[in-house]
Amino acid sequence: MVIEPTFEVAEYGRWAVMRVTGEIDMATAPRLRQHVLTVTARKPDGLVLDLDRIEFIDSTGLGVMVGAAKRMRMIDGGFRIVCSQPHLNELFKITRLNEVFDLYESLEDALTTVTGTLVEGVPTDGAGNPEGAST
Amino acid sequence: MSEDFEIEIPPTFEHLAMVRSVLSSALEAEPILKEERLQDLRLALSEATTNAIEAHNRVGTQAAVGIRITVADKKVTVRVSDQGGGFDPSKLKKHPPVTDPERLEYERGLGVTLMRRLTDECSITPTKNGTTVTLIVHR
Repeated sequence: MVIEPTFEVAEYGRWAVMRVTGEIDMATAPRLRQHVLTVTARKPDGLVLDLDRIEFIDSTGLGVMVGAAKRMRMIDGGFRIVCSQPHLNELFKITRLNEVFDLYESLEDALTTVTGTLVEGVPTDGAGNPEGAST
Repeated sequence: MSEDFEIEIPPTFEHLAMVRSVLSSALEAEPILKEERLQDLRLALSEATTNAIEAHNRVGTQAAVGIRITVADKKVTVRVSDQGGGFDPSKLKKHPPVTDPERLEYERGLGVTLMRRLTDECSITPTKNGTTVTLIVHR
């Protein structure tokens, strides 16, 4: 019954762009966390989490973002979130995470100061392998 | 006039989406809330149910978590009842200020804040074996 989340990682120069869709709650947040760990382990210059097409996210999902921000800070990387959904922006305000995260209305805005071109990725499992591929 | 929807779920997180769906379905039949307020209540319900499941896991019980949704003319009331041994919200650890770099050490603990801020009324009541969380959103 859950709208299963999908994760697609693209590259933009030395930055990683992770598009997340579907529902993130306590049942599915571990997958988001695993993707964040996989991407941050590659030590990109920055990470953009694109949440524009997310259906639902709870405090567990917000917590994973806090963890992602921490990991990127540890490697001196940038961390930006794309979100134009009013409800999600309201959640950031309520939790005051809008004062911790750099929030952008669009992916274009988030990448304005970054040099590169977008190289689209494919949906992946938590280990960075294409979904459905045998490992 | 009011209508009740009552469900019991096993204490596993895979049931969270179903709980949210039941609320949406209940309010499709009686659409008294605007979409934005429905989203608020869906999230608050999901947070309360998550806490209830965690409480059951903590004490090792497989007992069902009870959820009751009451749709009345002017408000929607949701009650989430667990048998997880009780919970004292006043003992929640406070997060450091957002300007403190240490804030990034805290990935959990936002659920109760969201429940309180997204509903018109939110109460957390100890019961004999656990806790009942009541969430109310007015029309």
